[in-house]
Amino acid sequence: MLDLISNEGVTVEAQRLEDSPLAVRGLTVSYGQKPAVFSVDMTVQPGAMTAIIGPNGAGKSTLLKAALGIVSPLSGQVIVFGQPLDKQRARIAYVPQRASVDWDFPTRVIDVILMGLSRELGLLGRVRARHKACAMDCLNRVGMRDFADRQIGQLSGGQQQRVFLARALAQGADLYLLDEPFAGVDAATEKAIIAVLKSLKDAGKTVVVVHHDLATVTDYFDHVFLINTRKVAEGPVSEAFTAETLQSAYGGRLATAQIDQISRALG
Amino acid sequence: MIWDALTLQLGYNATLVAIGATLLGVSAGVTGTFLFLRKRALVSDAISHATLPGVCLAFMVLVALGGDGRNLLGLLAGSAISAWVGLLCMNWLTRRTRLAEDAAIGAILSVFFGFGIVLLTIIQTMGVGRQAGLEGFLLGSTAGMLWADAMIIAIGGAATLLLVLILRRPMTLVAFDPEYAAARGLPIHRIDLAMMGLVMAVTVVGLKIVGLILIVALLIIPAVTARFWSERSEHVVLLAGLAGGLAGYIGAAISASAPNLPTGPIIVLVSFAFFVLSLFCAPKRGVLAAVLRHLRFQRRVHIRQGLLALAQGQKIYEPLTLRLLRRAGLVRPDGVATDTGKARAGKALRDEKRWEIVRGDQAHEATAALYDGMRDIETVMTHDQIAEIDRQIGGPQGVPA
Repeated sequence: MLDLISNEGVTVEAQRLEDSPLAVRGLTVSYGQKPAVFSVDMTVQPGAMTAIIGPNGAGKSTLLKAALGIVSPLSGQVIVFGQPLDKQRARIAYVPQRASVDWDFPTRVIDVILMGLSRELGLLGRVRARHKACAMDCLNRVGMRDFADRQIGQLSGGQQQRVFLARALAQGADLYLLDEPFAGVDAATEKAIIAVLKSLKDAGKTVVVVHHDLATVTDYFDHVFLINTRKVAEGPVSEAFTAETLQSAYGGRLATAQIDQISRALG
Repeated sequence: MIWDALTLQLGYNATLVAIGATLLGVSAGVTGTFLFLRKRALVSDAISHATLPGVCLAFMVLVALGGDGRNLLGLLAGSAISAWVGLLCMNWLTRRTRLAEDAAIGAILSVFFGFGIVLLTIIQTMGVGRQAGLEGFLLGSTAGMLWADAMIIAIGGAATLLLVLILRRPMTLVAFDPEYAAARGLPIHRIDLAMMGLVMAVTVVGLKIVGLILIVALLIIPAVTARFWSERSEHVVLLAGLAGGLAGYIGAAISASAPNLPTGPIIVLVSFAFFVLSLFCAPKRGVLAAVLRHLRFQRRVHIRQGLLALAQGQKIYEPLTLRLLRRAGLVRPDGVATDTGKARAGKALRDEKRWEIVRGDQAHEATAALYDGMRDIETVMTHDQIAEIDRQIGGPQGVPA
């Protein structure tokens, strides 16, 4: 929290590239001729939980994927902990969308968690007792310890999501990027995930989540990043998550009733 | 005769072929599994057909240099080069154009194969007179296999297996979750290319025995066969190696046991026999097991619903339910519950209440996931846990514990 200077009760945002766990400058990503993300600057605040929100097709997931180098940007740069992405990859853990993999793949829950340890295991290293213990500990944190030996095809959607989170935990990273972790999961899973994310934040880690449920933003997150191809707003929830910014991000796509409801919730 | 063949007592050539086919089967099975897991099994078909122009061009070059033109190493080197060119073309088409992979496979496969056939025809009219044998690369020909040929297969197969061992973790990760692998910084395209390079190596090595048209069967069938038997990718890989090796060995033996039986096609048929056996007989994923499981499940559902109806004093009209209950001695022929029936019905109702608690409690999540509507609760929980749940339900509620 060194970078957040408290000054008479007003927190000052970390603005410099070097102070941010993930800073993106002038990022443009395009599939074909139509940009999905256009000239976006983002400065993630250290030790905070940030939600990336915006309408469908606004480039939320693309922004995350470009920041991780999964899709290659047309232009722009990504700085992670003050250095180029490739030098700091070991400090990043990514939780992809659940639907991005085939759950009929022949593998057990514990094997998926061990994938998170691939850096420690190397190419030929044997899976030892301490690796298994670490994997079991991560499963325990998401309440899935008893599922270790089950085939992944037997899991419910919420359980699949928690397995993915446990795999990210196994990496022991400092920055966690999650793509729609609450999409289509049960309430118990949502509670379990948010508890784990809060514990990460309490341990000083940085969490960035692509999020779609506007109703829970104020409960779960400290910061928001609103995007609709271009950046709409960025900052603490109390400042950047307002009726005006939402209106401008969602345009006509958000019913006025929804906006009213949210602004009432915001007080 | 077949016994002599299986025990390698049919002479020098038959023994060489059997050993070579076994090694080829193992390395094709193991390598093909990764292609199968990555859902790119058909890529192998394009790669194998793309070897033909290379074989022909290498032959022409060897003859032009004044050689015999049948140097296996030279021909295989040529086939590897043209397969690699085909692979790169296909990769480029899928990554840089809007063509889907299946279209790219079709294009590369047919164009390279067509070009190869043209070259083959030209060679036949060249009047060199020594070209006999090149057609053998289409379907394999083992008749004149030499010690050196077997060595090439052995060394190539062993090198492939070693590389698979080294690359197995990244290849599995990329096959399961390519986005996550990319986020970890794995060079996905290079790993894919390495995987396809290994497939190419197996193809080239296998040209002599099974030929380029059928090698795809040896790469894919063992993998799908193995998948029936295991839910763990490491085991699928090993089982595929085993299935491929056995098919190679038995197939070579069968073809050696009678005159004029082609080795490659017989190996493929043996491999297919393993596949059919697995398709029907595999314990979990097999067709028979699935049918039996379904019938058993249906029977249990009927009995359970019958018991619950009895416990709540409802009349049962469904004839199958009545028949099953009668056969199990739970109701009398007139539809009234027997003493055992009453006891089982009470237990069923009690278990329903217990399951309700278990399923509503996040602490029991792993147990709740096993709920199928009729499992006896004591098979998944300890007596202490059940006692605790009964305390929560409270009182006997007219239901015997």
